[in-house]
Amino acid sequence: MNVFDLFRRRSSAPVARERLQVLLAYERASRGQPDLVSILREEIMAVIAKHVQIDQDYLQVSMDRGETMSTLEIDIQIPNKSAVPLAIAG
Amino acid sequence: MGKVVVVTSGKGGVGKTTSTAALGAAVAKTGKKVALVDFDVGLRNLDLIMGAERRVVFDLVNVIQGTAKLSQALIRDKRVDTLFLLPASQTRDKDALTEDGVGEVIDKLRSVFDYVFCDSPAGIERGAQLAMRFADEAVIVTNPEVSSVRDSDRIIGLLDARTMRAEHGEQIAKHVLVTRYDAARAARGEMLSIDDVLEILSVPLLGIIPESQDVLRASNLGSPVTLTDPLNSAAKAYLEAARRLEGEDLPVVVPFERKGFLDRLLGRRAA
Ligand SMILES: Nc1ncnc2c1ncn2[C@@H]1O[C@H](COP(=O)(O)OP(=O)(O)OP(=O)(O)O)[C@@H](O)[C@H]1O
Ligand SMILES: [Mg+2]
Repeated sequence: MNVFDLFRRRSSAPVARERLQVLLAYERASRGQPDLVSILREEIMAVIAKHVQIDQDYLQVSMDRGETMSTLEIDIQIPNKSAVPLAIAG
Repeated sequence: MGKVVVVTSGKGGVGKTTSTAALGAAVAKTGKKVALVDFDVGLRNLDLIMGAERRVVFDLVNVIQGTAKLSQALIRDKRVDTLFLLPASQTRDKDALTEDGVGEVIDKLRSVFDYVFCDSPAGIERGAQLAMRFADEAVIVTNPEVSSVRDSDRIIGLLDARTMRAEHGEQIAKHVLVTRYDAARAARGEMLSIDDVLEILSVPLLGIIPESQDVLRASNLGSPVTLTDPLNSAAKAYLEAARRLEGEDLPVVVPFERKGFLDRLLGRRAA
Protein backbone atom coordinates (compact mmCIF):
# COMPACT_ATOMS: atom_id res chain seq x y z
CA MET A 1 0.00 0.00 0.00
CA ASN A 2 1.47 3.34 -0.94
CA VAL A 3 0.54 6.71 0.41
CA PHE A 4 -1.68 7.50 -2.59
CA ASP A 5 -3.94 4.57 -1.78
CA LEU A 6 -5.11 6.56 1.19
CA PHE A 7 -6.55 9.14 -1.18
CA ARG A 8 -7.76 6.73 -3.80
CA ARG A 9 -11.47 6.28 -3.74
CA ARG A 10 -12.60 3.06 -5.29
CA SER A 11 -14.82 3.97 -8.21
CA SER A 12 -18.43 3.05 -7.53
CA ALA A 13 -19.71 2.66 -11.09
CA PRO A 14 -18.61 -1.01 -11.47
CA VAL A 15 -20.48 -1.85 -8.27
CA ALA A 16 -23.56 -0.10 -9.61
CA ARG A 17 -23.35 -2.01 -12.87
CA GLU A 18 -23.03 -5.35 -11.15
CA ARG A 19 -25.91 -4.73 -8.76
CA LEU A 20 -28.13 -3.66 -11.64
CA GLN A 21 -27.26 -6.69 -13.73
CA VAL A 22 -28.21 -9.08 -10.95
CA LEU A 23 -31.38 -7.21 -10.05
CA LEU A 24 -32.64 -6.79 -13.60
CA ALA A 25 -31.97 -10.41 -14.53
CA TYR A 26 -34.32 -11.33 -11.71
CA GLU A 27 -36.92 -8.64 -12.42
CA ARG A 28 -37.09 -9.54 -16.11
CA ALA A 29 -37.55 -13.22 -15.37
CA SER A 30 -40.35 -12.58 -12.89
CA ARG A 31 -42.14 -9.95 -14.97
CA GLY A 32 -45.83 -10.66 -15.30
CA GLN A 33 -45.59 -13.61 -12.94
CA PRO A 34 -47.14 -13.61 -9.49
CA ASP A 35 -44.65 -13.01 -6.74
CA LEU A 36 -43.03 -16.28 -5.60
CA VAL A 37 -42.53 -15.20 -2.01
CA SER A 38 -46.18 -14.34 -1.49
CA ILE A 39 -47.33 -17.62 -3.05
CA LEU A 40 -44.99 -19.58 -0.79
CA ARG A 41 -46.13 -17.58 2.18
CA GLU A 42 -49.77 -18.37 1.51
CA GLU A 43 -49.21 -22.08 0.96
CA ILE A 44 -46.93 -22.49 3.98
CA MET A 45 -49.53 -20.71 6.05
CA ALA A 46 -52.20 -23.14 4.81
CA VAL A 47 -50.05 -26.18 5.69
CA ILE A 48 -49.36 -24.87 9.19
CA ALA A 49 -53.01 -24.01 9.74
CA LYS A 50 -53.90 -27.67 9.22
CA HIS A 51 -52.02 -28.52 12.39
CA VAL A 52 -51.46 -25.43 14.49
CA GLN A 53 -53.35 -22.21 14.73
CA ILE A 54 -51.03 -19.24 14.36
CA ASP A 55 -51.46 -15.61 13.52
CA GLN A 56 -50.35 -14.33 10.08
CA ASP A 57 -47.72 -12.19 11.78
CA TYR A 58 -45.91 -15.22 13.19
CA LEU A 59 -44.84 -16.37 9.74
CA GLN A 60 -42.00 -14.53 8.01
CA VAL A 61 -40.95 -15.57 4.52
CA SER A 62 -38.10 -13.77 2.83
CA MET A 63 -35.79 -14.30 -0.09
CA ASP A 64 -32.20 -13.19 -0.38
CA ARG A 65 -31.37 -13.34 -4.05
CA GLY A 66 -27.86 -14.27 -5.06
CA GLU A 67 -26.40 -14.45 -8.53
CA THR A 68 -26.51 -18.26 -8.91
CA MET A 69 -28.28 -19.27 -5.71
CA SER A 70 -30.92 -17.70 -3.53
CA THR A 71 -31.71 -18.28 0.11
CA LEU A 72 -35.29 -18.71 1.19
CA GLU A 73 -35.72 -17.92 4.82
CA ILE A 74 -38.80 -19.11 6.65
CA ASP A 75 -39.30 -18.07 10.21
CA ILE A 76 -42.33 -19.47 12.01
CA GLN A 77 -43.07 -18.59 15.58
CA ILE A 78 -45.49 -20.78 17.44
CA PRO A 79 -46.78 -19.34 20.69
CA ASN A 80 -46.66 -21.98 23.41
CA LYS A 81 -50.34 -21.84 24.11
CA SER A 82 -51.19 -22.88 20.56
CA ALA A 83 -48.43 -25.48 20.35
CA VAL A 84 -50.90 -28.23 21.10
CA PRO A 85 -51.60 -29.86 17.74
CA LEU A 86 -55.15 -29.28 16.57
CA ALA A 87 -55.72 -33.01 16.17
CA ILE A 88 -55.10 -33.63 19.84
CA ALA A 89 -56.73 -30.47 21.07
CA GLY A 90 -59.82 -31.00 18.96
CA MET B 1 -49.26 9.12 -41.80
CA GLY B 2 -47.16 10.70 -39.10
CA LYS B 3 -45.05 8.94 -36.53
CA VAL B 4 -46.06 8.88 -32.88
CA VAL B 5 -43.10 9.05 -30.49
CA VAL B 6 -43.54 8.67 -26.74
CA VAL B 7 -40.93 10.27 -24.49
CA THR B 8 -40.92 8.19 -21.33
CA SER B 9 -38.74 7.09 -18.39
CA GLY B 10 -40.54 5.62 -15.41
CA LYS B 11 -38.50 7.69 -12.98
CA GLY B 12 -39.50 11.32 -12.48
CA GLY B 13 -37.40 14.39 -13.13
CA VAL B 14 -34.94 12.78 -15.53
CA GLY B 15 -35.61 15.18 -18.42
CA LYS B 16 -38.66 13.94 -20.36
CA THR B 17 -40.33 17.32 -20.74
CA THR B 18 -37.04 19.05 -21.55
CA SER B 19 -36.32 16.37 -24.18
CA THR B 20 -39.81 16.47 -25.70
CA ALA B 21 -39.50 20.23 -26.23
CA ALA B 22 -35.92 20.10 -27.49
CA LEU B 23 -36.38 17.17 -29.89
CA GLY B 24 -39.76 18.40 -31.12
CA ALA B 25 -38.43 21.88 -31.86
CA ALA B 26 -35.34 20.44 -33.55
CA VAL B 27 -37.44 18.28 -35.90
CA ALA B 28 -39.90 21.12 -36.59
CA LYS B 29 -37.03 23.45 -37.55
CA THR B 30 -36.31 21.17 -40.51
CA GLY B 31 -39.78 21.98 -41.84
CA LYS B 32 -41.60 18.89 -40.56
CA LYS B 33 -45.01 19.40 -38.97
CA VAL B 34 -44.70 18.52 -35.29
CA ALA B 35 -47.24 18.28 -32.46
CA LEU B 36 -46.17 18.02 -28.83
CA VAL B 37 -48.78 16.45 -26.55
CA ASP B 38 -48.51 16.88 -22.79
CA PHE B 39 -49.85 13.75 -21.06
CA ASP B 40 -48.93 14.91 -17.57
CA VAL B 41 -52.52 15.60 -16.53
CA GLY B 42 -52.65 17.60 -13.32
CA LEU B 43 -48.98 18.56 -13.52
CA ARG B 44 -48.67 20.15 -16.92
CA ASN B 45 -45.29 21.75 -17.58
CA LEU B 46 -44.62 21.46 -21.28
CA ASP B 47 -46.53 24.73 -21.84
CA LEU B 48 -44.11 26.48 -19.50
CA ILE B 49 -41.00 24.98 -21.08
CA MET B 50 -42.35 26.01 -24.50
CA GLY B 51 -43.15 29.53 -23.28
CA ALA B 52 -46.83 29.08 -24.15
CA GLU B 53 -48.32 29.08 -20.65
CA ARG B 54 -50.27 32.30 -21.16
CA ARG B 55 -51.80 31.10 -24.40
CA VAL B 56 -53.45 27.95 -23.08
CA VAL B 57 -57.23 28.08 -23.52
CA PHE B 58 -58.26 24.48 -24.12
CA ASP B 59 -56.44 21.26 -23.37
CA LEU B 60 -56.29 17.54 -24.13
CA VAL B 61 -59.10 16.71 -21.70
CA ASN B 62 -61.39 19.36 -23.28
CA VAL B 63 -60.80 17.79 -26.68
CA ILE B 64 -61.47 14.26 -25.40
CA GLN B 65 -64.62 15.36 -23.61
CA GLY B 66 -65.79 17.23 -26.70
CA THR B 67 -65.90 20.71 -25.14
CA ALA B 68 -63.27 21.94 -27.60
CA LYS B 69 -62.18 21.00 -31.10
CA LEU B 70 -58.65 19.77 -31.62
CA SER B 71 -57.90 22.76 -33.83
CA GLN B 72 -58.98 25.11 -31.02
CA ALA B 73 -56.75 23.47 -28.45
CA LEU B 74 -53.56 23.30 -30.53
CA ILE B 75 -51.22 26.23 -29.87
CA ARG B 76 -48.90 27.26 -32.68
CA ASP B 77 -45.34 28.09 -31.64
CA LYS B 78 -44.33 31.73 -32.15
CA ARG B 79 -40.81 30.88 -33.29
CA VAL B 80 -41.27 27.82 -35.53
CA ASP B 81 -44.52 27.83 -37.46
CA THR B 82 -44.67 24.07 -38.04
CA LEU B 83 -44.52 23.39 -34.28
CA PHE B 84 -47.71 22.94 -32.20
CA LEU B 85 -48.52 22.17 -28.59
CA LEU B 86 -51.51 20.33 -27.15
CA PRO B 87 -51.43 21.13 -23.42
CA ALA B 88 -52.44 18.82 -20.59
CA SER B 89 -55.26 19.88 -18.32
CA GLN B 90 -54.75 20.88 -14.72
CA THR B 91 -57.62 18.74 -13.49
CA ARG B 92 -56.95 16.52 -10.54
CA ASP B 93 -59.21 13.84 -11.98
CA LYS B 94 -56.78 11.17 -13.15
CA ASP B 95 -59.54 9.37 -15.05
CA ALA B 96 -60.18 12.37 -17.27
CA LEU B 97 -58.26 10.59 -20.04
CA THR B 98 -59.98 7.61 -21.60
CA GLU B 99 -58.21 5.16 -23.84
CA ASP B 100 -60.72 5.60 -26.67
CA GLY B 101 -60.54 9.38 -26.34
CA VAL B 102 -56.76 9.42 -26.47
CA GLY B 103 -56.82 7.01 -29.42
CA GLU B 104 -59.11 9.31 -31.40
CA VAL B 105 -57.01 12.40 -30.72
CA ILE B 106 -53.77 10.60 -31.63
CA ASP B 107 -55.35 9.31 -34.86
CA LYS B 108 -56.37 12.82 -35.90
CA LEU B 109 -52.95 14.23 -35.04
CA ARG B 110 -51.24 11.42 -36.94
CA SER B 111 -53.17 12.27 -40.07
CA VAL B 112 -52.12 15.93 -40.01
CA PHE B 113 -48.63 15.98 -38.50
CA ASP B 114 -45.35 14.31 -39.51
CA TYR B 115 -44.39 13.74 -35.88
CA VAL B 116 -46.44 13.54 -32.70
CA PHE B 117 -44.34 13.62 -29.52
CA CYS B 118 -46.09 12.43 -26.34
CA ASP B 119 -44.56 13.75 -23.12
CA SER B 120 -45.27 11.01 -20.58
CA PRO B 121 -45.87 11.57 -16.89
CA ALA B 122 -43.48 9.81 -14.49
CA GLY B 123 -44.40 6.41 -13.09
CA ILE B 124 -45.64 3.20 -14.66
CA GLU B 125 -49.34 3.66 -13.94
CA ARG B 126 -52.29 4.56 -16.13
CA GLY B 127 -51.06 8.00 -17.24
CA ALA B 128 -47.72 6.66 -18.42
CA GLN B 129 -49.41 3.69 -20.08
CA LEU B 130 -51.86 5.93 -21.97
CA ALA B 131 -49.00 8.13 -23.18
CA MET B 132 -47.24 5.11 -24.72
CA ARG B 133 -50.36 3.23 -25.83
CA PHE B 134 -50.50 4.40 -29.46
CA ALA B 135 -46.79 5.05 -30.00
CA ASP B 136 -44.77 3.79 -32.96
CA GLU B 137 -41.46 4.69 -31.35
CA ALA B 138 -40.21 5.38 -27.86
CA VAL B 139 -37.49 7.65 -26.56
CA ILE B 140 -36.48 6.28 -23.17
CA VAL B 141 -34.93 9.10 -21.18
CA THR B 142 -32.34 7.74 -18.74
CA ASN B 143 -29.87 9.30 -16.34
CA PRO B 144 -26.67 7.27 -15.79
CA GLU B 145 -27.71 6.28 -12.31
CA VAL B 146 -29.02 3.03 -10.80
CA SER B 147 -32.63 3.92 -10.05
CA SER B 148 -33.16 5.60 -13.40
CA VAL B 149 -31.73 2.63 -15.31
CA ARG B 150 -33.86 0.21 -13.33
CA ASP B 151 -37.01 2.22 -14.06
CA SER B 152 -36.09 2.43 -17.73
CA ASP B 153 -35.89 -1.35 -17.78
CA ARG B 154 -39.42 -1.59 -16.40
CA ILE B 155 -40.67 0.92 -18.96
CA ILE B 156 -39.07 -1.15 -21.72
CA GLY B 157 -41.02 -4.13 -20.37
CA LEU B 158 -44.25 -2.14 -20.59
CA LEU B 159 -43.45 -0.87 -24.10
CA ASP B 160 -43.04 -4.48 -25.22
CA ALA B 161 -46.25 -5.63 -23.53
CA ARG B 162 -48.82 -2.87 -23.19
CA THR B 163 -48.67 -0.83 -26.37
CA MET B 164 -51.05 -1.27 -29.31
CA ARG B 165 -48.14 -2.29 -31.48
CA ALA B 166 -46.94 -4.90 -29.00
CA GLU B 167 -50.43 -6.32 -28.65
CA HIS B 168 -50.64 -6.68 -32.43
CA GLY B 169 -47.30 -8.46 -32.56
CA GLU B 170 -45.51 -5.48 -34.08
CA GLN B 171 -42.25 -3.94 -32.95
CA ILE B 172 -42.11 -0.59 -31.28
CA ALA B 173 -38.81 1.14 -32.14
CA LYS B 174 -36.98 2.01 -28.93
CA HIS B 175 -34.16 4.49 -28.37
CA VAL B 176 -32.28 5.37 -25.21
CA LEU B 177 -31.52 9.03 -24.65
CA VAL B 178 -29.00 9.48 -21.85
CA THR B 179 -29.44 12.89 -20.27
CA ARG B 180 -27.67 14.87 -17.56
CA TYR B 181 -24.41 13.13 -18.44
CA ASP B 182 -21.46 14.45 -16.48
CA ALA B 183 -18.24 13.55 -18.31
CA ALA B 184 -16.01 14.46 -15.37
CA ARG B 185 -17.85 12.18 -12.98
CA ALA B 186 -17.95 9.39 -15.55
CA ALA B 187 -14.17 9.72 -16.00
CA ARG B 188 -13.73 9.28 -12.26
CA GLY B 189 -15.85 6.15 -12.33
CA GLU B 190 -18.50 7.75 -10.14
CA MET B 191 -21.25 7.38 -12.68
CA LEU B 192 -22.43 4.48 -14.83
CA SER B 193 -20.72 4.73 -18.21
CA ILE B 194 -22.63 4.91 -21.48
CA ASP B 195 -21.46 1.37 -22.26
CA ASP B 196 -22.82 0.16 -18.92
CA VAL B 197 -26.23 1.70 -19.59
CA LEU B 198 -26.45 0.34 -23.14
CA GLU B 199 -25.26 -3.11 -22.14
CA ILE B 200 -27.80 -3.33 -19.34
CA LEU B 201 -30.77 -2.00 -21.30
CA SER B 202 -29.74 -3.38 -24.73
CA VAL B 203 -31.57 -0.63 -26.58
CA PRO B 204 -29.78 1.51 -29.21
CA LEU B 205 -28.53 4.94 -28.23
CA LEU B 206 -30.22 8.05 -29.60
CA GLY B 207 -27.84 10.53 -28.03
CA ILE B 208 -26.04 11.77 -24.93
CA ILE B 209 -27.16 15.09 -23.48
CA PRO B 210 -24.60 16.62 -21.12
CA GLU B 211 -25.52 18.12 -17.78
CA SER B 212 -25.72 21.80 -18.71
CA GLN B 213 -26.62 25.18 -17.29
CA ASP B 214 -28.04 26.04 -20.70
CA VAL B 215 -30.98 23.69 -20.10
CA LEU B 216 -31.99 25.63 -17.02
CA ARG B 217 -31.48 28.91 -18.82
CA ALA B 218 -33.70 27.75 -21.67
CA SER B 219 -36.49 26.72 -19.31
CA ASN B 220 -36.22 30.07 -17.52
CA LEU B 221 -36.70 31.77 -20.87
CA GLY B 222 -39.55 29.47 -21.91
CA SER B 223 -37.83 28.16 -24.99
CA PRO B 224 -36.65 24.68 -26.02
CA VAL B 225 -32.88 24.56 -25.65
CA THR B 226 -32.55 23.79 -29.37
CA LEU B 227 -34.12 27.17 -30.18
CA THR B 228 -32.38 29.47 -27.65
CA ASP B 229 -28.79 28.92 -28.62
CA PRO B 230 -28.27 26.05 -31.03
CA LEU B 231 -24.52 26.12 -30.43
CA ASN B 232 -24.32 25.14 -26.78
CA SER B 233 -23.40 21.56 -25.96
CA ALA B 234 -26.86 20.42 -24.83
CA ALA B 235 -28.56 21.96 -27.87
CA LYS B 236 -26.03 20.41 -30.24
CA ALA B 237 -26.56 17.01 -28.64
CA TYR B 238 -30.35 17.34 -28.97
CA LEU B 239 -30.10 18.50 -32.60
CA GLU B 240 -27.98 15.45 -33.44
CA ALA B 241 -30.35 13.15 -31.55
CA ALA B 242 -33.25 14.57 -33.58
CA ARG B 243 -31.41 13.78 -36.83
CA ARG B 244 -30.87 10.20 -35.65
CA LEU B 245 -34.57 9.96 -34.78
CA GLU B 246 -35.32 10.93 -38.37
CA GLY B 247 -33.18 8.01 -39.49
CA GLU B 248 -29.84 9.64 -40.18
CA ASP B 249 -26.84 7.42 -39.43
CA LEU B 250 -24.82 9.79 -37.27
CA PRO B 251 -22.22 8.33 -34.89
CA VAL B 252 -22.55 9.24 -31.21
CA VAL B 253 -19.44 10.73 -29.63
CA VAL B 254 -19.20 10.22 -25.87
CA PRO B 255 -18.42 13.58 -24.23
CA PHE B 256 -14.88 13.31 -22.95
CA GLU B 257 -13.29 15.03 -20.00
CA ARG B 258 -9.51 15.22 -19.72
CA LYS B 259 -8.43 13.95 -16.34
CA GLY B 260 -7.31 16.77 -14.12
CA PHE B 261 -3.88 16.96 -12.57
CA LEU B 262 -5.21 16.03 -9.14
CA ASP B 263 -7.04 12.98 -10.47
CA ARG B 264 -3.86 11.71 -12.05
CA LEU B 265 -1.83 12.41 -8.95
CA LEU B 266 -4.29 10.50 -6.81
CA GLY B 267 -4.55 7.75 -9.37
CA ARG B 268 -8.31 7.85 -9.66
CA ARG B 269 -9.21 5.60 -12.44
CA ALA B 270 -12.27 5.15 -14.54
CA ALA B 271 -13.33 1.55 -14.58
N1 LIG C 1 -29.21 18.14 -19.49
C1 LIG C 1 -29.62 18.79 -18.37
N2 LIG C 1 -28.76 19.57 -17.66
C2 LIG C 1 -29.17 20.19 -16.55
N3 LIG C 1 -30.41 20.16 -16.06
C3 LIG C 1 -31.32 19.41 -16.72
C4 LIG C 1 -30.99 18.67 -17.89
N4 LIG C 1 -32.10 18.02 -18.32
C5 LIG C 1 -33.08 18.32 -17.45
N5 LIG C 1 -32.63 19.16 -16.48
C6 LIG C 1 -33.40 19.71 -15.37
O1 LIG C 1 -33.97 18.65 -14.63
C7 LIG C 1 -35.25 19.00 -14.13
C8 LIG C 1 -36.29 17.99 -14.57
O2 LIG C 1 -36.42 18.04 -15.99
P1 LIG C 1 -37.80 17.71 -16.71
O3 LIG C 1 -38.91 18.50 -16.15
O4 LIG C 1 -37.56 17.79 -18.18
O5 LIG C 1 -37.95 16.19 -16.28
P2 LIG C 1 -39.23 15.25 -16.43
O6 LIG C 1 -38.69 13.87 -16.66
O7 LIG C 1 -40.16 15.79 -17.44
O8 LIG C 1 -39.87 15.36 -14.98
P3 LIG C 1 -41.32 14.79 -14.53
O9 LIG C 1 -41.13 13.31 -14.33
O10 LIG C 1 -41.61 15.50 -13.26
O11 LIG C 1 -42.29 15.09 -15.63
C9 LIG C 1 -35.53 20.40 -14.65
O12 LIG C 1 -35.21 21.32 -13.66
C10 LIG C 1 -34.58 20.53 -15.83
O13 LIG C 1 -34.21 21.88 -16.05
MG1 LIG D 1 -42.26 16.20 -17.29
